[in-house]
Amino acid sequence: MDSVFSNTLAAILTIGIISFLYKDNPLYKFCESLFIGVSAGYWFVQQYYANLLPKLFDNLGITRLLGAENVADGALQNLFVRGQWDENLLYLIAGILGVMMLLRLVPQIGWMSRWPMAFIVGSIAGLYFITYFQSNAMRQMQNTILPLNSFNNLVLIVGTVTGIIYFYFSKEHKGAFGGAARVGIYFLMVTFGASFGYTVMSRMSLLIGRLDFLFGTWLGLVK
Amino acid sequence: MKAFSHSLISCCLLGSILLATTDSIAQVECSDSVPSPLLPPSEVIAEDHPGDAGGAIIVRWKLSPDEAKRITGYEILRSTSPTGEFSSVGFAATGANRYVDANTEDSLTYYYKVVAVDVNKNASESELSPPARSSAQWFNFHLLNLLIIGGLICGAVIYFIAHAKKGKKLFLRRIAGLEAVDEAIGRATEMGRPILFIPGILDMDDVQTIAGITILGRVAKTIAQYETKLNVPTSRSIVMSTAMETVKEAYISAGRADAYSDDFVHYVTDEQFGYVAAVDGIMVRERPATCFYIGAFFAESLIMAETGNSIGAIQIAGTAMPAQLPFFVAACDYTLIGEELFAASAYLSGEPKQLGSLKGQDVGKIIAMSAIVIGAALETIFAISGSSLFGSLAELMHKLFSIVAG
Repeated sequence: MDSVFSNTLAAILTIGIISFLYKDNPLYKFCESLFIGVSAGYWFVQQYYANLLPKLFDNLGITRLLGAENVADGALQNLFVRGQWDENLLYLIAGILGVMMLLRLVPQIGWMSRWPMAFIVGSIAGLYFITYFQSNAMRQMQNTILPLNSFNNLVLIVGTVTGIIYFYFSKEHKGAFGGAARVGIYFLMVTFGASFGYTVMSRMSLLIGRLDFLFGTWLGLVK
Repeated sequence: MKAFSHSLISCCLLGSILLATTDSIAQVECSDSVPSPLLPPSEVIAEDHPGDAGGAIIVRWKLSPDEAKRITGYEILRSTSPTGEFSSVGFAATGANRYVDANTEDSLTYYYKVVAVDVNKNASESELSPPARSSAQWFNFHLLNLLIIGGLICGAVIYFIAHAKKGKKLFLRRIAGLEAVDEAIGRATEMGRPILFIPGILDMDDVQTIAGITILGRVAKTIAQYETKLNVPTSRSIVMSTAMETVKEAYISAGRADAYSDDFVHYVTDEQFGYVAAVDGIMVRERPATCFYIGAFFAESLIMAETGNSIGAIQIAGTAMPAQLPFFVAACDYTLIGEELFAASAYLSGEPKQLGSLKGQDVGKIIAMSAIVIGAALETIFAISGSSLFGSLAELMHKLFSIVAG
C-alpha cells in the first residue's frame, strides 16, 4: 500500500514536471515550488552533516563540549585538558572565515565578508593551477608528440595544433593564420557534433527510464 | 601379402597404443612428484618515498625466479623491529616489483619482508630489508619540469601585467560573441523586459564561475546605465554573495547606486534540477529579452537554452565544459567556446591584470604548439630513419612533459 501511494505521488510529480512541455501551468508551478523547497532544505541539512558537524564541530571538540558521548575528544580538549597542540585547531580559522561570511547580514561590518571570499577564490586558484596544468596541458602535450606515420596521428596532431591556434588571442585571424584557425574550429565543430549525438542518446535513455516508471512500475502496463 | 600388410598395421597400432600409454604413465608420475620449493623475492630495499609530505615508504624487490610459473602476488610485511612480529600492510599483484606503504609514521623506523605467494597458497619469505624511515621533503623533484614550464608562463603573465600597468596597449583579437553583449542589453531595454544572467551551477572554486561573475560585472554596469531590470538566480550561496557584491560595485561605478537592489541576485537551491525548474519558471513568467549563460554547466544546459529559445530571447552562452558546448552552440545566438570565456572576461574588463594574464597564457600556447610540432617532427624522422640521435631527442621531449607519479 505504501509503495502504491509513493509511486502514485512520484508519478503525479513526474507528470507535473513533464507538463511544462505543453506550457506553464498550476501543476508545474506546484511541482517546481515543492522541488525547490525540498531540495533547498535537503541541501542545508546535507551540508550541515557533511561539513559543519564532522569537519568543524567534531574536529574542534564542540560536539563533545556540548555533551555528545559517542564522539572522540577534539582539538579544544587536547589543547586545554591535555596541553597538546592538535592540528585540527586550524579548523578554527575556517570557522572564523565562515562567521565572517555571515557578517554581510550586518551592514556596518558587512565589508568583512569580502575577506573569506578573497581567501576562497585566491587559494582555490592556486591549488587548481597544478592539477589543471598537469592534466590539461602537460599530459595532453606529451600524448600528442607522435610520429606522423598514420592517419590517426595526423588528425590528432593537426587537430590539436589548429585548435590551439583558434584560441590564440594575440593575433587577428587573417591569412594563413586565419586559415589554420578555421581548420581548428572545424575540428571543434565535428567534435561537438559527435558529443551532441552521444549526449542525446543518453538523454533518451533518461526519458525511457521515466516512461518505464510511469507505464511499468506505476500503471503496470509494461512488463 | 595382404596378411602381411594387416600384421604391419596391427603392429603399428599396437606400438602407438604402447607409446601413448607410456606417455600418460610418465605424466601421472610427473604430476604426482613433489613440487620444488617456492623461491622468494630477493634484494628487498625500503626507502623514504621522495617528494612527499612524509608518511610513505617505497619497498622494492627483485622478482622471484618462479614469477612466470606459479606466483600470484607478493604480500608486504612490516615491523618496527627486525626481530619483532611482522604484520601484513598490503599485497602487490604478480609482476609488481614495488609497493608504496602510505601509512607510516615519520618518527618510527620500519623493516620490511616481501612474501611470494603461489596458487596453492604456498609462501616464501624474503630476507629482511634494511631499516627505513619516512620523512617530508620541501621540494618534489619529480615536478621540476612543471615548475620550469609553469614558471615560464607565470613569468610571461607577470611581464605582460607590468606592461599593461604602464599603460601600454595590449592587442587582443575580436571575440564575436562579445560584440553582441551591448546589442542584447540594448534590445532588452527597448522591449522593456528584464535580462536573465545564469552564472553556472558550480561554486566560486571553479574558474568558470569566476569568469562568469567578472562578465556579470561588465554586463551589470551597462544594464545600470540603461536602467534595465536584471535577474541573477544562483545555485550556490557563495556565488550569490559574490554576485551581489559585483553587481553592487557595477551600479556604483556606473553612478547609479540608487538603482541597485539586493533583489537582483537571489539564491534558489543547490540541487541541479531544482535550480533548472526554477530558472525555466522564471523564463516563461518574466519572459526576459536576453539570457546569459556564463559559467560551468552540466545536463541543465540544454533545458535552459531550449526554454530561452522558446520564449524568443537573445541568448549568449559561455562555458568551458566540453560536453555542454554542443548544446549552447545549437540553441544560443552566440557562444563563447572554452577559453574564449576567460578571454571575454579580460576583454570586457580591460583590467591590466586580466589582459596580462591572457597574453601570458598565449605565450604558454606558443610553447605548447612549438613542443608538439618539434616533438612530432623528431618522432617522424626517428620512425623513418631509425637514427638514435633523433630517438633520444624525441624521448627528451616526452620526458620534458611527463608527470612522474613518484
